[in-house]
Amino acid sequence: MIKKIISSVAIATCLTVAGIASAETKVGFVYVGPIGDHGWSYQHNQSRLALEKALDVKTSYVESVPEGADAERVIRQLAADGNDVIFTTSFGYMNPTNKVAKKFPKVKFEHATGYKRGNNVSTYSARFYEGRAVLGAIAGKMTKTNTIGYIASFPIPEVIRGINAMTLAARKVNPDVKVKVVGVNTWFDPGKEGDAAKALIDQGADVITQHTDSPAPLQVAEKRGVYGFGQASNMKAFAPKAQLTAIVNNWDKYYIKQVKAAQDGSWASTDTWDGIKAGMVTMAPYADAVPQDVRDYADSVKASIVDGSFHPFQGPIKNQKGEVVVKEGETIPDGDLAKMGWYVEGVDGTIPK
Amino acid sequence: MLPRLIKRQTPSASMVYLSPVLALLLTLVASIILFLMMGVSPAAALHAFFVEPISSVYGLSELTVKATPLILIGVALSLGFRAGVWNIGAEGQLILGGIFGGTTALFFYEKTGFYIIPLILITGIIGGMLWAGIVAFLKTRFNANEILTSLMLSYVAALLLNLLIHGPLKDPDGFNFPESRLFSDSALLPILYDGTRMHLGAIIALVAVGLGWILLSRTLLGYQIKVIGDAPAAGEHAGFSPSKIIWITLLISGGAAGLAGAIEVSGPIGQVLPNISPGYGFAAIIVAYVGRLHPLGVLFSALLLALSYLGGETAQIKLNLPVAVTGVFQGLLLFFLLASDVLIHYRLQFSKQAAV
Amino acid sequence: MDILIAAILTIITAATPLLFAALGELVTEKSGVLNLGVEGMMIMGAIIGFVAVHHTGSASVAIIASMVAGAFMASIFAILVLKFHARQVPTGLALTIFGLGLSALIGQSMIGVAYTGIPKIAIPGLASIPVIGNILFNQDGLVYLSILMVIVVYWFMNKTRAGLILRAVGDSHDAAHAMGYSVVKIRFMAILFGGAMAGVGGAYLSLAYSPLWVEGMTAGRGWIALALVVFASWKVGRVLLGAYLFGGITILQLHAQALGIGIPSQVMSMLPYLATILVLVFISRDKTKIKLNSPASLGKPFHESR
Repeated sequence: MIKKIISSVAIATCLTVAGIASAETKVGFVYVGPIGDHGWSYQHNQSRLALEKALDVKTSYVESVPEGADAERVIRQLAADGNDVIFTTSFGYMNPTNKVAKKFPKVKFEHATGYKRGNNVSTYSARFYEGRAVLGAIAGKMTKTNTIGYIASFPIPEVIRGINAMTLAARKVNPDVKVKVVGVNTWFDPGKEGDAAKALIDQGADVITQHTDSPAPLQVAEKRGVYGFGQASNMKAFAPKAQLTAIVNNWDKYYIKQVKAAQDGSWASTDTWDGIKAGMVTMAPYADAVPQDVRDYADSVKASIVDGSFHPFQGPIKNQKGEVVVKEGETIPDGDLAKMGWYVEGVDGTIPK
Repeated sequence: MLPRLIKRQTPSASMVYLSPVLALLLTLVASIILFLMMGVSPAAALHAFFVEPISSVYGLSELTVKATPLILIGVALSLGFRAGVWNIGAEGQLILGGIFGGTTALFFYEKTGFYIIPLILITGIIGGMLWAGIVAFLKTRFNANEILTSLMLSYVAALLLNLLIHGPLKDPDGFNFPESRLFSDSALLPILYDGTRMHLGAIIALVAVGLGWILLSRTLLGYQIKVIGDAPAAGEHAGFSPSKIIWITLLISGGAAGLAGAIEVSGPIGQVLPNISPGYGFAAIIVAYVGRLHPLGVLFSALLLALSYLGGETAQIKLNLPVAVTGVFQGLLLFFLLASDVLIHYRLQFSKQAAV
Repeated sequence: MDILIAAILTIITAATPLLFAALGELVTEKSGVLNLGVEGMMIMGAIIGFVAVHHTGSASVAIIASMVAGAFMASIFAILVLKFHARQVPTGLALTIFGLGLSALIGQSMIGVAYTGIPKIAIPGLASIPVIGNILFNQDGLVYLSILMVIVVYWFMNKTRAGLILRAVGDSHDAAHAMGYSVVKIRFMAILFGGAMAGVGGAYLSLAYSPLWVEGMTAGRGWIALALVVFASWKVGRVLLGAYLFGGITILQLHAQALGIGIPSQVMSMLPYLATILVLVFISRDKTKIKLNSPASLGKPFHESR
């Protein structure tokens, strides 16, 4: 009764927009953080710039948009402003994106990391866990204390998947490995991220990794003489010795492909979950500290993920209690991976119930 | 020769209305310089900030959506501030209201009934009062300063919401993502104008302005609040209980913040999320003071601040100005608004003699 | 034992920025002015310090620049509050909004720029003492400075005439004015000092704690510093205690998580806030003592009238 979706106002806005729209394609972006976060939003913005270079498009963006009541207004404004394609780049924008999409059926919406689609709403995300498996392989070979430290932001499936993938890959080469998880409850607080890194190193971790945005943990690793991995972008400048490699989010190809499709009329609602093979997840060059045999092994893990002969979540997999939950020869299906809410054996950490 | 400020015998009646106009003019001049430095056309930027957001019915309706929580909390906070009770933790009380109201909404998932929305709002008020009640209790019983307790409890509230949204409030079919189910229609605030998001909360906010006004100017409690704030000793001498005032002002501001939280989740958001407020509880402190702790003033200052937020979004979309510019712009606007009020109580004197 | 020493070292870095900012705010508040703009002044100190070290390579220049930046921000506040009689609470909040925005604008070219961090200064001889040597005598210069400032501020407040006058102004500006002291001048200086200290607290974040620049990197520490002044009931020694208590619990809960104690991280993250409230409740019970310490004119506007 309450939601009468299309009002005269909305129609009027659509019409004027259609009237003004020129041949040039307009693309809008909504970021959850500032583009200066040097992490998640920064990488999306880098790909926006790559898109501008590659195609004849005009882009605009709104940064630091809170995932609450404000998101719907911002997305709607971008739609009303005549954008042909709108990328909403955080999970919390899922419902606002779908709400606005119903009012602007001609605009193509692309929502990152969500699961709700519509006629004009696609979803996309990256299989970062493939990258985590490569990190795990390196970490398992490099650790001398058999302790890996993991700085987590929030216990969401994305983060849990990363922790599990890394743990499985590390224990495959080194069954004694333990992964200690510390939650900092923020995406973004360099001081606290660094503190967590110090706490983990103090407790014996000699390889650390993070699912938060800033390079602070790597700086700590550099100072303490242990190893770490870059997150979202190549952070070598901050830790030339300590960064063994980095997972680099690369949305360039996807953004260019989707906008091109919108331009030539072939755009259709899809669900994209690409990884190393498609170039959405890329790895920074290895540091000098990685010995040749470890490099070769990491490369072989990467290659086997790309050719499909290996899946980071193939059985046997045990849970924290030591019970086999995935049998030999089986693999966790995408649907279950998407909502992963439990830790594998070898993880020291708790998920709220 | 610099002009000198001379205290007026009586506050200037005309300056009460003219000083904000002066402030806006000064902001205009300063922001023209700012935008020229940023390399954008001042005309286009000012148009984006002040005109574009409210040049459509939808824009106007969004202004009310953004201003509603600011008005509600701002009016209630100004009561406490007048009495010298420094509740700077309205943000946490808002979050508790969101948790309580949201839990009620989820409890009645897929049920219908006229009573659901009132229950959401009432439980929201209770949640906010509970959080503010802790502050009042610690203040009156243990003499613990409310600036610290209310602020610290805001951080605790945010973490509590985060804990709950990863646990019991999580959408069971939501792939373990930290958000609740979308509320049923029966738990969503009625929309006042079809095709917009302007909701019942806007009316509640206006009622709050009216109630605040009556309370301050027509009731004994309002009188007590003013006396305790202006001259605590005189108030105590007259037999007003400071503890009572602390409890009442904190419960009112906590209740209002809680109500705002319940309104946000059952209004424009429509579900419980890990972040239900982009800092309304803190912004409302500014709103209260820019509105000179007067309910009507709060109404206008909330609308102005809300407009500057909307304008910041438009400026990003239209001119690719970074969000940081909005902060600088808002800062300048507030500086001028706060400084111009000096003319209510002071006048400028340009004579050379006085400037020595 | 090693873990304990390591934890203490981490606690020192976590407490130092809070200590600087809270000490500065304490002096400001003792003069009767409540400046809620600490976060804005801190972040300006952080970015200006970082820009300065990037261009000059000198940590000392950077630290001085950050103090100037903090004091500059504070001067905006001081002019508005003291000259234009603007209300203190909203003016401070506006200063925070302004500072967060301005720092982000200034810092646009500093994203992704690396810096190794200001050097540690080992005090010869003392630094090699087992256990305490590494904790007490092998720190960066700013840690020493923060402790030095505790002593200086304590001495200034309690042992000097100027400190007495400052406290008199904070307790009753009318009486101080009647005695012939310039309330406005004294408060102006107290506010500037508060700004400079917040600035260097911010610089500690961007030069030592995590030597890099990202927008909003103060992440609410200015607010904690404000709370610590209240926590300390305006006593210098207790600011030190408060900063180390808050920093300490923040770090210890991270250690507890790493030990795998099985409590959700959200609950663990609440502990520093809850502990601060608890201790405040415990030390606030003596009402008259608190009243003696708190500046009676705090937050009240001063109208010069003869």
